[in-house]
Amino acid sequence: MKTVIIKYNAGNTQSVIYALERLGITPVLTSNFEEIQSADKVIFPGVGEASSTMRHLQELGLDRLIPTLQQPVLGICLGMQLMCDHSEENDTQCMGVFNISVKKFRSKKGEKVPHMGWNNLTPKNSGWISQNVVDRHMYFVHSYYVPVIEETVATCDYILPFSAALQKNNFYATQFHPEKSGKQGEQIIKNFIEL
Amino acid sequence: MLKKRIIPCLDVKNGRTVKGINFVNIRDAGDPVELGALYAEQGADELVFLDITATNDGRKTFKELVKDIAKHLNIPFTVGGGISNVEDVAPLLYAGADKVSVNSAAVRRPELIDELVQEFGSQCIVVAIDARMVDGQWLVHTHGGSKPTEKELFSWAEEVEQRGAGEILFTSMDHDGTRQGFAVEALKEMSERLSIPIIASGGAGVMEHFNDAFTVGQADAALAASIFHFKEIGIPELKNYLKQKNIAIR
Repeated sequence: MKTVIIKYNAGNTQSVIYALERLGITPVLTSNFEEIQSADKVIFPGVGEASSTMRHLQELGLDRLIPTLQQPVLGICLGMQLMCDHSEENDTQCMGVFNISVKKFRSKKGEKVPHMGWNNLTPKNSGWISQNVVDRHMYFVHSYYVPVIEETVATCDYILPFSAALQKNNFYATQFHPEKSGKQGEQIIKNFIEL
Repeated sequence: MLKKRIIPCLDVKNGRTVKGINFVNIRDAGDPVELGALYAEQGADELVFLDITATNDGRKTFKELVKDIAKHLNIPFTVGGGISNVEDVAPLLYAGADKVSVNSAAVRRPELIDELVQEFGSQCIVVAIDARMVDGQWLVHTHGGSKPTEKELFSWAEEVEQRGAGEILFTSMDHDGTRQGFAVEALKEMSERLSIPIIASGGAGVMEHFNDAFTVGQADAALAASIFHFKEIGIPELKNYLKQKNIAIR
């Protein structure tokens, strides 16, 4: 079993590595095409700003590689947003795995932006997002959101219901940070690894 | 529903967790790696690690220590101390930090906030503000609280928000270390004027103080150090208490 984490300039890559290590998995951190293509599982983490991150991906050609991958790919947070068509964050063209545009939260009284902290997940079905996940509190930190679409497998409600997790064919994605969501988050990573 | 967060803070000096009273008279409170892992297991919602001597000594945050703490943590982790430019941040993220906190450098050169936000995103940037009441006005202080500035707390907080910071960590130096409660009135005013999350810091002594910070002060998170380090209040006990008070708690 080979798990690859995609390496690029901005991202909380290290947190994801540590989470996998706590699960007994030693991931490979790389931006090499062959290494990525030969992996059993690919994780595409993200913390950052959409346009500068897309630029880093473009410089490495990863923006073209990722949508062509055949094995299970897990996008996390910004990783999930960049797998959509477009983001309102600095009007950024993204990779287009999920046919939807990422929108900015509009702050309402008492509901601050960014959406930062622990919130409940509502899974739409059983599977990798809910299997053996007892406590559904997950850690979110984001100012932009993916609206609820056909590929939404879990929602979260903050200002409005939005996509907490997506799945389409071999592409999986979470808006929250499973690597930072305690034991329950680690369980979701484990579910993905065991797919 | 979004939950209120309980955040233990590790003020680290020379690799040990310390806690001062009104920012001076620092005493040793233990091994930060051990404490961090313990807090995560006990249900802390987040961890903050501040290298409190970094700015004064011109030292950079001790990255190896960040790495050791992060390895054992499955909750979010904010690191601060001595960050003065964009180049300082990427190594901290690679060491395992999820967010970084800036303080003195942002006061000195506010454009730093815009630069950090552009490169790493709002959600990654926490601006820490230390303030104290001087002649009836809340004034921002820098360098671990040792240098007064002419900036007024609330207008600086608004500027920090406008420049794109994701969160504010507000420490009242008048309350810090006193155990007499958080600066709830100042927190309330800040919460009403800002739309980004605010972490209350400084003054926690008993469990009621956390309730006050969330209700009266409308804070989104509450941070404390010594009461956790010296095991005066346990995190599970605190969270149970707040749940009984109908505070949204994980």
